[in-house]
This record gives sequence, C-alpha cells and structure tokens, in this order.
Amino acid sequence: MSRLTLISLQLLVALVALALWQLLATVPIFGRMWLPPFFFSTPVDVFSQVISWFSTGVIWKHLLITLWESILAFVLGSAAGVLIGFWFARRPTVAAVFDPYVKMTNALPRVVLAPIFTLWLGLGIWSKVALGVTLVFFIVFFNVYQGVKEVSQTLVDNGRMLGMSERQLMRHVYWPSALSWMFSSLHTSVGFAVVGAVVGEYLGSAAGLGYLIQQAEGVFDVAGVFAGMFVLSVFVILIDIAVSLVERRLLVWRPTAARD
Amino acid sequence: MDELAPMAVALEDATVAFRLGEGRFYTAVEKASLSVAQGEFVAIVGPTGCGKSTLLNLAAGLLRPAAGAAKVFDRPLVGLNRDAGYLFQADSLFPWKTALDNVAIGLEIAGTPRTKALSRARDLLDSVGLGAFRGRYPHMLSGGQRKRVGLAQVLIRNPKILLMDEPFGPLDAQTRQIMGNLLLELWNADRKAVLFVTHDLEEAIALADRVVIMSAGPSARIIGNWRVGLPRPRDIFEVRLTEEFHSLHGRIWSALKGEVMKGYAQSAREA
Repeated sequence: MSRLTLISLQLLVALVALALWQLLATVPIFGRMWLPPFFFSTPVDVFSQVISWFSTGVIWKHLLITLWESILAFVLGSAAGVLIGFWFARRPTVAAVFDPYVKMTNALPRVVLAPIFTLWLGLGIWSKVALGVTLVFFIVFFNVYQGVKEVSQTLVDNGRMLGMSERQLMRHVYWPSALSWMFSSLHTSVGFAVVGAVVGEYLGSAAGLGYLIQQAEGVFDVAGVFAGMFVLSVFVILIDIAVSLVERRLLVWRPTAARD
Repeated sequence: MDELAPMAVALEDATVAFRLGEGRFYTAVEKASLSVAQGEFVAIVGPTGCGKSTLLNLAAGLLRPAAGAAKVFDRPLVGLNRDAGYLFQADSLFPWKTALDNVAIGLEIAGTPRTKALSRARDLLDSVGLGAFRGRYPHMLSGGQRKRVGLAQVLIRNPKILLMDEPFGPLDAQTRQIMGNLLLELWNADRKAVLFVTHDLEEAIALADRVVIMSAGPSARIIGNWRVGLPRPRDIFEVRLTEEFHSLHGRIWSALKGEVMKGYAQSAREA
C-alpha cells in the first residue's frame, strides 16, 4: 500500500467516525437521539471549543504547565533511576537488602500517592512532578539495573585486557550499556511522565491539561472534556515524535534502532 | 633458539579447577606445562570443550591456577598480564563505539591524547584493510571485518604477547584464510610471541611454529608437541598444498583422532 492511500484511509476512518458521531448526536433516528448531546456533545462543539482555546490563547498556559511538569518528572525520575539502578547492580548486597522494599513500592498503585503528595507539596507543580517521578523512576531503574547486570563478560574482560581501570570500565563499558537500556525505555518513561502530570492535575491543581478536563467535567461541559482529551492526545503524539527523533540520534550504534 | 632468553609465557604444571558447589570441583586442566618463546607462534589444538581457552585465560591472568604457576618473562604472573593483548572468540568490540573509537580506546585509556590516539588508530585500521570503515559501528560490519577491528584494537597497544582464542572460529572458510594471511603478515613485521587456540588442525599447522595438542576434558592434559618446520614467510593458501604439510598433518591427526572421539563420546554422555 502506498503512503498516500494509507494516509487517505486513515483520514477516512476519522471522517466516518466523526460524521457518525455528529449525525447520531444531532439528528433523531427512529424518534430518538442515540447520542444525547448532553452526554456526548458533538464534534462541531468539541472543535469549536478547541479553536476558541487556541484563539483566545488560554490553552498555552495549561499546555506549558503540563509540559514543564512532564519534563521535570522525566528528568528527575530518570536521573534517580539511573543512579540507583547503577548502584544496586554494582553492589549486590545493597540490592538484596532493598529488594523487598523496591518490589513493595513498585506494587503500589501510584494514584493513591497523589493525595499524599498534594498534602506534602501543595497544589502547585511539585506534587505532580513527584507523582510522575514515582512512575518514571521504576521503569528506568529496572532497565538500568538489568542493563548493568547483563553487560557481556567478554566486553568486561576485553576492557580489562586493554588496560581499563575500574573507573574506566565504568565509563566505557558499564555506563554506555546502562544508558542504552534507559534509552530503550524512553517511550514508556516519557509517556509515564505525562501520565503522572495529568493525573496529578486531575486530582487537584490550579492549572494544566488535567485541570482543564477536570474543570469541564465539574460543570458537565462534555465538549470541554472531549476537547481536553483531544489536545492531550495531540500533545502526547508530538512528544512521542520528539522522543523518536532523539532516540534515532542516540542509538545509531544499535542494530534495532537502525532498522526502524 | 637462545635457551637463556626468558620465555614470553610459561605455564608450569598448571591445574585449573572450577567449583561446582557442594564441595565438588571440576578439573578443567591438569598439570599443563607449556611455554612460548619470544617471537614464537604456538597453536593449541584440541577437541571441543577440552580447556584450550582455560589455558589462554591462565596466560592472560583472567584465571588463577589452583596449582602450578603462570610466568611471564620469567616473573610469576600477578593480576592481569599487562604484556598481553587478547583477541576473544566472542564479539568483544564495544557496540557503542565506532570502529575508529574501538581501536583508539586502548591508547586513550593509557593517557595518550585523543588526537594522537585517533591518528594511530587510523593507521592501524588502514593496515588491517578497513580504512574506509572507520565511522561504522560494529553491527554495520561483517563478522570478518569485526575481527579485523578487534585485531587492530589489540595491536594498538603493541603488546609483546598475543593471545588469540579461536579468533576466526565463527568466520566462513574463505574469510578465515584471508584473516590467517593478514595475521601472519602483521606478525611477520615484529614477531610477537603468539598463543593461538583453535580446533582446526590445518589452521594451526599453516600458522604456527609449534602445534600443541590437548586431550579431551575433563582434566585435560597436553599430550603432544609438534614443531612445524614449514618455511616462512608463508602463504596459507599455498602452504597447504605442500608435501611437508600433508605428512605433518597426517602424523598429528593420528595422535589427535583418538582424543576427538573421546571428546565426542563425553559430550554425548553429558547431553
């Protein structure tokens, strides 16, 4: 299938779905409205909401806040994950001691932490960042831990025979290997950073996309909820594209990255 | 050969045992004595799983003998063998470094300025015929090309001793011969002491000054030691066609055959 036909078909799916939605929400069929606008809104209303957000510019503030929270959550969570993953992998005793607590914390559904973070850190961005960090940290941590543990013994021996000291082994063998594992989970961890930010906002905040959706829901503004969801998914897709670009640059040496 | 010059590598009654747990041990190599003179090319041949690599790891200092000793230039080996370069059987290039960086790393970690290390690495890549592939990452190179980079990576430190563990094992027959000739050509320039492990007797005879035969494991021993008198410089395509090669091959093979069969029988039992 050529690229053009593929894109046309993809667009067709969206058009049919939207047309059906608009039809069922505005034209009564067999004497009843199948998608009552009060509950389902209409595509036209949703898009006019989106357009008014962008034309008045109110959306930018919320987008920026969510973006900022996601970036902070990602950076802090990754940094902690890399450092602690690295440490645990190189110190098996430490890893063994902390193992049950790591598993326990990871098993906890993160949403229940949100109220605690709000209590500790307030309604501002830091409670959302903290929620995102708890999500990102574990993904990066497990990947880096695994990555350092599974560095091929031949590579380590080769490094030693080439004259590397322990520090040089860290820098030239363990570290690149750990980072490559972190990058391989980039899509997931960035995605979770956004989830943490939005869920945090939804549960209590004064700005952000999650706040916008929650506010609309509070006044039964279904068009607002859908518009918020739409902006959010476009936002996530754009971030994902950015991550793919970064990934392609960072992982040139990886056979899988080159094939993609 | 000058008897007084110290041996580059010497193993004296070296025994290697691995702990299997619960106080049981597996003796991989028993009382192996082997020496490589300076400038000598020695090949170790033996059936699969006989502990050839174990001997090499002893010489490299990656393993310690349970009994006996390993000596380098007459001094007992403590820690890693700093005079040796090791070409591994498995892929050992750093996948996140380009061919050029992979070669330069040996000098860089020794403190050579980067520009100087890189220019030396360029020369070495040229000498193994990969000048045009500098910027490639290992996964973009063929198996033979990766071995060439590996050879350059080891040679850049100019080690006095070269340890090679079935380095051309995974390559196809043609590439192996080409690599063999390349190795001889590079070796001929400064005649390092070489300890070359292979399971291919023909390869061993074509390359080496001396062929050492090991018995099947466990408790593998050295059971034969054959001098190869073929003239140098050799071309390993042509040397295989000579009468001398054939008669030597016949004699060594008759000694090795029984051990190969034993090795097979053993692995069949274990499997």
